[in-house]
Amino acid sequence: MSLDISFIGILIGSIMASSVPLILAASGELITERSGVLNLGVEGMMIIGAISGFALMVITDNLFIAIIGSMLSGVIISLIFGFLTQSLLTNHVATGLALTIFGIGLSAMLGKNFVGIPGKDFPILFSSLRESIPFFGPILFGHSIVLYFAFALPFLTNYFLKKTKLGLVVRAVGDSPVSASNQGINVILVRYCCILYGGAMCGLAGAYLSLIYTPQWIENMTAGRGWIALALVVFATWSPIKVLIGALIFGGITILQLHMQAIGFRIPVQFLSALPYLMTIIVLVVISRDSRKIKLNTPTSLGRIFYKEK
Amino acid sequence: MYKNFFRYLISAIFLLGFSVNSNADFKVGFVYVGPTGDHGWTFQHHEGRNAVEAAGIKTTFVESVPEGADAERVIRQLAQSGHDLIFTTSFGYMDPTNKVAKDFPNVKFEHATGYKREHSNVSTYSARFYEGRTLLGHIAGKMTKTNTIGYIASFPIPEVIRGINAMTLAAQKVNPNIKTKIVWVFTWYDPGKEAEAAQALIDQGADVIMQHTDSTAPVQTAEKAGVWSFGQASDMQRFAPKSILTSIIDDWAPYYVERAIAARDGTWKQQDTWHGLKEGMVAMGPYNSAMGADLVKEVEQLQKDLASGKVHSFTGPIYDQKGNILVAEGKVADDGMLAGMSVYVKGVEGDIPK
Repeated sequence: MSLDISFIGILIGSIMASSVPLILAASGELITERSGVLNLGVEGMMIIGAISGFALMVITDNLFIAIIGSMLSGVIISLIFGFLTQSLLTNHVATGLALTIFGIGLSAMLGKNFVGIPGKDFPILFSSLRESIPFFGPILFGHSIVLYFAFALPFLTNYFLKKTKLGLVVRAVGDSPVSASNQGINVILVRYCCILYGGAMCGLAGAYLSLIYTPQWIENMTAGRGWIALALVVFATWSPIKVLIGALIFGGITILQLHMQAIGFRIPVQFLSALPYLMTIIVLVVISRDSRKIKLNTPTSLGRIFYKEK
Repeated sequence: MYKNFFRYLISAIFLLGFSVNSNADFKVGFVYVGPTGDHGWTFQHHEGRNAVEAAGIKTTFVESVPEGADAERVIRQLAQSGHDLIFTTSFGYMDPTNKVAKDFPNVKFEHATGYKREHSNVSTYSARFYEGRTLLGHIAGKMTKTNTIGYIASFPIPEVIRGINAMTLAAQKVNPNIKTKIVWVFTWYDPGKEAEAAQALIDQGADVIMQHTDSTAPVQTAEKAGVWSFGQASDMQRFAPKSILTSIIDDWAPYYVERAIAARDGTWKQQDTWHGLKEGMVAMGPYNSAMGADLVKEVEQLQKDLASGKVHSFTGPIYDQKGNILVAEGKVADDGMLAGMSVYVKGVEGDIPK
């Protein structure tokens, strides 16, 4: 392995690119969960975003419309979840699982005519700086706009939850919907908004895969990333910054273990393959030991059905 | 756990839908490991199914069936719902296929790429993909500048190991300095992971990428990075027009039609089929002109010789990694040895995962 500094820069760059879908989906789900709603439909919303984005790209030949459209498709499909759980008071877990199955099936059906069409190059920013600056070039430059957005998102989310009044409202609704409601907050409306926001982010995460990361449509192309994003939120104890750390560790070890194999490290490959999961859990558990903080961040009413007494 | 359960549920719903349409007619069922839209392995089996359908025989299929316990339930369901012949198209369906075959002696089973025929109603069939790998190895050995070939491997089963060995032997013949770097991804189908594996190999100096996984992600990654690649199972050229040198194409259609007609007419017998370039079960995609006319000619000749049997992919002397002789000079490996291949030949780096 050439351990020179510019190679490490390239490596970090590709680790960042691989963690983007996890960061986007997990950040969106985090807001949903902080409002007290457990949406297990992340995988389904991602795959719908992936096919919608790709289909729109093929039809309109416009990447901007494709990206916006993928987020809208996430919003629409999460609206179904919102309507069922918030207006019809169905069980969150069952409805979320149904959403995932529905999304995978629907995307396969919608995508029938889009299989085998090569994708388009997505514009990358500052590509000249990427080449000219060693080490920092490949880390900071030459990425798509979605990546920069994804890396800003956890910080924005953190600011939103901790420093803004609306963030406080979301947390209140997630912790004690009854008291929030008594304070005159429209709990159902807040939860609807958080669900739709989560849907938009998951849609974008899916579009990142089908438009930027592996530009093509193939059935089931999210391949379980939605479930990993869901797990990340829990192991990161509902902290946006820890979600970012967790996603980077997961993406990082996944790529590092492939490199270690290519170099020929004499470590059992099965162990290397399990390493991303192990390391992510270990690190997140270690950095989240402060039980006071966990209590502060955990949405107390997560997954509980709320209805307003008349 | 949930995922598998729901996949099974979906499959069951699928089957239910199909069994409503069923009548007393002869029917063929297919079980696929991936989605029909993978544009690789399952896509080609599905093309085979389309050919059977075109021959006027009713067919049904279940896609994305995980290997293991779920597979058994799906196969059993197909057998119960009146299918007369069932193709199970992935290595991991081997034990489930034989288990179900025991309980349905009147149903015929065809298992792809396996070696167990425990009951008289189970046939196995596979293609000599390794002949295609020999051609790829020859091309790769000539085209590489870094002398490093990157290989994305799925699972440590004989078929995959055979491909790695065939490729390495052919590459060594034209370029003794060749190194084969292997990354095991432990999946047949995960575009993201396959792309990452390809990128890791490219970062480690490989300038020719080969895959034994089913999606088109590795060839696209190679195209972006400006290195060479080969299509797998299906002609993937349009996904990476500059990068792809050729593709190994699996053509199951003639075999599927032949076996389906035999089963319908009552002439079906248990057999073990292993067809290659000669019979056309393995075919090559168009050769990239970037290879140069001379190399194309050379490879086309080699392809002819492999088909006619003049050249064998595993011709001795062949040594294992420790230097023990596997195939003596002047001999060729027999099919038994090929079918059970579980060691790397000399020149492949690393250990086979246990």
